[in-house]
Amino acid sequence: MSLFSFLNRRSSAPMARERLQVLLAHERAQVGHSDLVGLLREEILAVIARHVQLDQDKVNVTMQRGENVSTLEVDIEIPVSASVRAA
Amino acid sequence: MAKVIVVTSGKGGVGKTTSTAALGAALAQRGEKTVVVDFDVGLRNLDLVMGAERRVVYDLINVVQGDAKLSQALIRDKRLETLFLLPASQTRDKDNLTAEGVERVIDELRKSFDWIICDSPAGIERGATLAMRHADTAVVVTNPEVSSVRDSDRIIGLLDAKTKKAENGERMEKHLLLTRYDPARAERGDMLKVDDVLEILSIPLLGIIPESMDVLRASNLGSPVTLADVSCAPAIAYRDAARRLAGEQVPMTIPGERRGFMNKLFGRRAA
Repeated sequence: MSLFSFLNRRSSAPMARERLQVLLAHERAQVGHSDLVGLLREEILAVIARHVQLDQDKVNVTMQRGENVSTLEVDIEIPVSASVRAA
Repeated sequence: MAKVIVVTSGKGGVGKTTSTAALGAALAQRGEKTVVVDFDVGLRNLDLVMGAERRVVYDLINVVQGDAKLSQALIRDKRLETLFLLPASQTRDKDNLTAEGVERVIDELRKSFDWIICDSPAGIERGATLAMRHADTAVVVTNPEVSSVRDSDRIIGLLDAKTKKAENGERMEKHLLLTRYDPARAERGDMLKVDDVLEILSIPLLGIIPESMDVLRASNLGSPVTLADVSCAPAIAYRDAARRLAGEQVPMTIPGERRGFMNKLFGRRAA
């Protein structure tokens, strides 16, 4: 039984890597950039809301920090009725 | 021109002091005038690792407060005449370390040294931010382990925000020094690999220091590992890292990776 479980033991490093990636994506969005991301979120929403109706909860703004470039990801779900109105 | 390096990590116990001593000695061995500065006020240890604990008379706080001249506080290494130590205070409070005072000391050191290596205390408080404040280059010491990687990420954020360079809109040069690395465990999937850590932290790699008994042996003797046994694996790795710091192109090797079949079979540790 113990031999069996030893052979079946999954390596732990991929788990560490995955947990870190999820955690740090979250922490980077909060720490250091908290004001900037919050501000951008408000202003981007204000611009879009002028043209389409939005659900505030269906908006996701995140910042990914890289060595040379950082990417700002804005994920906004636009309901069908709103897009019809916009068109 | 003088270069100020901060050795930092966020997390404690990952090898900042060991790395400061080893890199400092390796740079001094190249004939370049080097000073290692202990910023860990109240918990100084660089003096002990360098084997100079009984020679401390004045310290960084004395110089910052004007109670001693810089030349009185600097301790010349007994093995290398190009290597100096500026110890931290063991008794004073770290609040005695002022931004202006530190700047004055660093500026004075810049005049007479090629390399100024600042050993940061753990954490993200005053001592750590002052140690990194005037740096040109940061060496981020990280163990292949989740909490160390997370804290390094936090420190990288601070290096990009709270340093003089960052405030002047310049880019702070940051390098990753991966310490206590065990290639065999990484290969088995039980330790983060070099590439995993590099991908997560996305800063260039300065060196990989293998987990090794030689590091403890050197600190027992009060000698930087690069001086204690010049041919051991961590000494070679630190010396290569120092050459990269100095701008040389040195191929990156993962220490102990070329293991024989028998070693692999019995899972013996390389270093």
